[in-house]
Formats: sequence, structure tokens, C-alpha cells
Amino acid sequence: MNNTHAVTVKNKIFVLWDKAGILVAFILLFILFSLFVPYFFTWINMIGLALSVATVGMIACTMLFCLASGDFDLSIESTVAFTGVFTAVIINATGSIFAGVVIGLTAAGCAGLFNGLIISKLKINALITTLATMQIMRGLGFIVSKGSAVGIKAPGFYALGTGSFLSIPFPVWITAVCFLIFGFLLNKTTYGRNTLAIGGNREAARLAGIPVDRIKIIIFTTQGLMAGLAGIVLASRMTSGQPNSSVGLSLDVISACVLGGVSLTGGVGTILGTIVGVLIMGTVQNAMNLLNIPTFYQYVVRGIILLLAVVFDQLKQRRYV
Amino acid sequence: MERAYLEFENISKMFPGVRALDTLCLKANEGSIHGIIGENGAGKSTLLKILSGVYIPSSGMFYLNGTAQAFTSAQSAIQSGIAVIYQELHLVPDMSVAENLLLGHLPNRFGLVDKAALQGKAHSVLESLAEDIDVNANVRSLPIARRQMVEIAKALIRNAKFIAFDEPTSSLTDREINNLFTIIRNLKKQGHVILYVSHRLNEIFELCDTVTILRDGKVVETCTNITSVNHDYFVRRMVGRSIENIYHYTPRQYGAPALEVKGLTGPGLKSPADITVSQGEIVGIFGLVGAGRTELLKCLYGAVKSHTEYIKIHGEGVTINNPTDAIGHGLVFIPEDRKFEGIIPSGSVSENINLSVRRLFSRFGLIDEKRERINAKHFVDYLSIRTPSLKQLICNLSGGNQQKVILARWLSEHVKVMLLDEPTRGVDIGAKSELYELILKLASKGIGIILVSSELPEILGISDRILVMRQGKIMISLNRDEATEEKVLHYALPEQ
Repeated sequence: MNNTHAVTVKNKIFVLWDKAGILVAFILLFILFSLFVPYFFTWINMIGLALSVATVGMIACTMLFCLASGDFDLSIESTVAFTGVFTAVIINATGSIFAGVVIGLTAAGCAGLFNGLIISKLKINALITTLATMQIMRGLGFIVSKGSAVGIKAPGFYALGTGSFLSIPFPVWITAVCFLIFGFLLNKTTYGRNTLAIGGNREAARLAGIPVDRIKIIIFTTQGLMAGLAGIVLASRMTSGQPNSSVGLSLDVISACVLGGVSLTGGVGTILGTIVGVLIMGTVQNAMNLLNIPTFYQYVVRGIILLLAVVFDQLKQRRYV
Repeated sequence: MERAYLEFENISKMFPGVRALDTLCLKANEGSIHGIIGENGAGKSTLLKILSGVYIPSSGMFYLNGTAQAFTSAQSAIQSGIAVIYQELHLVPDMSVAENLLLGHLPNRFGLVDKAALQGKAHSVLESLAEDIDVNANVRSLPIARRQMVEIAKALIRNAKFIAFDEPTSSLTDREINNLFTIIRNLKKQGHVILYVSHRLNEIFELCDTVTILRDGKVVETCTNITSVNHDYFVRRMVGRSIENIYHYTPRQYGAPALEVKGLTGPGLKSPADITVSQGEIVGIFGLVGAGRTELLKCLYGAVKSHTEYIKIHGEGVTINNPTDAIGHGLVFIPEDRKFEGIIPSGSVSENINLSVRRLFSRFGLIDEKRERINAKHFVDYLSIRTPSLKQLICNLSGGNQQKVILARWLSEHVKVMLLDEPTRGVDIGAKSELYELILKLASKGIGIILVSSELPEILGISDRILVMRQGKIMISLNRDEATEEKVLHYALPEQ
């Protein structure tokens, strides 16, 4: 009897670790930084931290869906840069912020749709497809901007990236709203559950009548749209479209998702985990900046954190075998 | 008294919420074939996985040749001379037979593969099995029975003293089975210890010296003298009750046609097929492996590109281009390969049950969690699915229970026609009997049923009408009363 009791207690700890291990890790990390890193736990730094993860956070929302369905998207970093540049060019040409944003988003959505069509209809591996579109979009960004940053001549546009509400900057609000929307989509809609089912077993999902191709196309299109949105917000913050921005962003986003427990093979992922993953990456970077750790070392630390997270995840899974 | 080569002493294995093995004791002697029987979920697979080092027991001791063992990995099991030959073979399909045999210890000179030595070794071990297999052939090109021989040869090459077989005959023809048995008996003569896990009791009688019956993770009984017991006795002990007639066949009244198909063509079908199934009728399809049975079902279901002159469901012409269309018209399909085509392993029991029907429960794409929970609960009770909770991951359930979850997925729909592909494959006799009962119940509710099986007794036992397929063609339709084993086989076997 005693033994059984011990087993259930042990199980409960495991279940807690399964569900909230990464959250607990984040809270501990946060407390640690608050105590030992000067200026970390100040309002200004917290706002700065939130702002610094806004771009990754927005895209992580859709990357979560992409990974959960068993695919990748490496092209988003170029889509972010392209949309920023393209929006800047359109705003400058038409003088209309509205036209710039709508056309920019449409272009980004089309890039995503293109990925989705190639991957679902032609059955090309997502890694290869998005590697190719990553190059294409990067190239298009340079072509549209003729290779240099495009300053935006409509100051009203800057509000999107630099304005604030209740002293919290707009990009942070946008990211928060995105998390809410995509969290809702993942947990409460057939779209979200079907996405997880496709990642869990694509053929079984197809035979169960789930329109796999259509859902994949939607996933990649929204992925493009979110990258576009992030690109526009970024352009607004920088008051210009920069064709060489966001290099390596795709892997940052994927890292954050994986850190948050999203499975690279698909089928498993939560919005809370993704948020925590994004926050851990941002917090560690923020603390390292405050501690004046040189950028070169920061790369090493971030790599190690990601590796640790994956190793822990693997150990967790091994218990089930 | 023979010496026990392998000994399990009070082995238990716990999973969250499930006790898969409960203080299990087992002894297998040298030069003997030890049979293991039991229902789904009785603990057979867990037992094998402990042997092969995949699972580590929660408690208990395990001895080999008198020495206590603590396997920490599959590698340590192999090194101790244990080989487990699973139902799903573990070969690399795109490598040659020889490479597969010596995988992990390829003979080499300065790191370069020594091709001559490789082929020589591979050839000699296959010769010892009296198997004429080209050692340079790709494993992918070999039929299942041949691949199994490669797997056995692999065990021999690794000097496995102890060889366990898990349902080895499930996809073999009679002749292949006989060949396999000859080889197993020879292995026994050479002093190997054989563990033979099977659902097929007649094989157990034919082959085994000793039989251990498992139920709910415990040993019910170990029979050392199997000539003193009979088939029914085993079934009774396995299930804990007797099963007089596992098919429960009762004649039914048929209604109007449920499904009418004319001129069905598609991949794997050699000539256009016409099929009619009445409401309440069970049509069995029999054929050898490769006769196009699964292909026929997949064409019907729209899972592959197919064409028809017409398909009518309940008299109404319909178009089926994909599974979504099929389900929408009440035509559902239960695939043969549960693991790759049936379950979503990362999903819960409830998730797997509601996978398809949730589109009907939901409004504007919003999930109705309450209805889903009620639906899942209903079917877990109705089909007596053994699971600790609705939230349990389906991959932690036994094969028979997984199959019931898939059935529940489709029973949640308004089913008019059900296509079943080997529904009882890898399912023990108790669960089989339950499944037959269920199929008959569904038929009596007016569902038209097409059932594909490679087990002739099953087809003869449950079908109202039997279609026999050979080489991608429907050869004949036989009524229940005119169908005999000889007749069905006559049409199923290719002409000499």
C-alpha cells in the first residue's frame, strides 16, 4: 500500500513536470534574475524585455501551428524583411498608410500561400520548400528596395511601432492579442485540433476525413500573414524598411517553440509552452545584455539553453517508452 | 528435470495508471518451445519488451542461465543472446540482405566494408536455415515470409540462444507457416530456447511443449502437458469464461441496397469491380496477400484515385473523391494498419474518438467539449474500452482497445456502409469474439458491411456472402450456404 502511495506521489510530480516544468523553470529563472541582475526587475526593463520578444512572439503563434502539424517554415525571416521593405515602398509611392499595410500583408499572405500550395499539393518537403522561398523572398526584398533601407515618409505610420496604450507599447499589445487568438484557435476550434492530429499521424488524419491539404495551406498562409504583420510592426519601429533585417529569425522562433515543448515531429504543442519558450529566450538575452556579456558569448549561451531544453524533453519522453 | 534457461521472478511493470505486468513468474527450459497466450492487454507485448531490453521492469528479478540480468537497453539484451522477432520486422528496407544480417558488426578491413566476407557470412547462415535467398537483394524486394527468415538469420548470426517470436504467422500463407515451423523445430533441436507468442491456438498445440496463459498481466496457469488440455480449455482460461461460438452468427433480414458500385477501377484493381451490399448484410472479401483486397476498399473509400461508372448509397448516386466525401455519405473505413493509418498516437482516447465527428458537433469551427466528452464516455462504456481515463494517450492502450477506439470514431458518425480491413488482426480471441458480436449488431441495425480478412474461418464464420479476389479481380460471389473452405480457396489460389 505504502508503495502504491509513493508511486502516485511520484506520478503527480511527473505530471506536474510534464505540464508545467518549463513554466516552473521560467519562474525560477525570473526570480533569480530579479534578485541578482541589477536593473532587471524594473518597469523600464520589463517593457524593454516585452518589446524585444514581440517580433518572435507574433511569429511563434503561427510557427506553433506549423510545427504542430509536423512541418517547418524557414522562410519567415525573409518574409518579415520583404514585407517591411515592400510596405515602405508602397506607402512612399501612394502616400497611403492603409494601402501600404493592406498590400504588404497581402503580399506576405501570398508568400505563405505559395509555400502551402507547394508543400501540400506537390508534396515537397517543407524544409526544402521554405529554404527556397527564404532565398526568393530575401532576393525580392533587395530588388524592391534596390539594396538599401527605405525610409518611410509617413510619420503617422510610426505610431504602430512606437505608440503605447496604458504605457505598454503597441507591439506588445499586438503580440498579446495574437497569443490569445491563436491559443483559442489551437484549443477551442476544430482547426487547432485537426492541426495536432495531422502532426500526430498524417495518414490517419487523412483517412479520418480531415482535409489535410486545405489545413496545411491555411497554416502556411497564416504563417505568411503573421510574418507580414511582424515585418510591418518592425518597419514602423525602425521607421524604415530594411531588406537585410531579421537574418536568423526563423531559427530563433523555432528555438523558442521547441523550448516551450512543441514537438519537432508534430502532434504536440501548447500556446502556454510557446509563450514561456519565447519569454525564456528573451529573458536570458535581456539579462545577458544587462550583465554586459558580449554578443559572441550570448550565442553560445542561447545554443546551450536550447540543447538543454531538448535533452530534458527527450528524457521526459523516454519515461513513456 | 530440465534446467530453466530463462526465469522471470515476480516481474512487474507499471505504467501511469496501468499495471501491465503483475508479479509475473515464468520459466523457459533449454531445448523447448514455450508458448505464451493471452488476450489483448494481458501483458504479452510488455513481456517481450522487457526481454528485449526496451522496458525496464518496475520490480522483480530476471535470470538468464542462472545469472540475474538487468537490461538497460536493447543492446544489452542482444549481447546476452536474446533475440525478439516482432510482428513488425525491424529491417532496413533499402539495404541488402547481407548488410541487414550483419548490421552493427559489418566485417571490415581498415574501416572499409569487406564485401566478400559479408556475403560469405550471410550466405552460410541462410544456408544453415536451408533458405535460398539472394544475399545481395534489397530487403524491400522480398516478400514478408522471406524477410522473416532474414530476421531469424540475424538472430542466429548474433549467437542468440534465446529467440522469442511475436505473432510470426500473422501475414504468412499456410505453406510459409509450415516452413517456419520446421525451422523453429530445428532451432529447438539445436538447443535454442524458443518463446512463441500467438493468438492462434492451433499453432500453439502444433508447436509448443509448454504453454503459459496470461490474463491481466498475471500468469493464470502454466501447462506443461498440453496434450491433456484442449482448445476450449485455453480459451476459457484466457478469457475467464467460455466462448462456445465466437462468431455469434445469426441470419438477418436484409433491406434495400446500402451500397451499389459499378465499374470500380483504380490502382491495384485489374478489372472493373461491381459490388452490391444490402442494408444489414455482411459481405466478406477473401483473397491471398496481393489479391487487391485492401486496394479495393481504399478505392471505394476515395483514399486513392479511383473511377466508377456509378456509386449509390441507399439508392442515391454520390461522388466520392476523397475520404471526406465518403464519410459525408456515411461510408467509413477501418484500416488494416492501425498504427500508421488508424490512431493519432499523440492524441488522447477522447481526441481519437471525436476526430471525425467533431465537425458535426462543432459550430463555426468551435469545439463542443461537453458533447465530445459525452460521446467519448458513451463509447468507452458501450464498447468496454479499457482505459484509465478519457485523457489517456491512445498509444498506452493495447491493440484491441485501440481498435475499439477506432470503431468508436466511426460509430459516432451516421454510418450507412462500413468497410473493415482485417479488423481482428493482432487481436486476441476474447476481443475478437466481442468484435464479431459488435459487427453483427451493427449489421442488424441496417448497416451494410464489407469485411476483408485473410483468415478463412473468420470470413466463413461471419459473412452472409463471400467475394473471392485473385490478382486484383473479384472472381466469384458465394452465398453463405454454398461457401466451403475448398471452394473459396479454389477461387483464391492462382491457376497452376
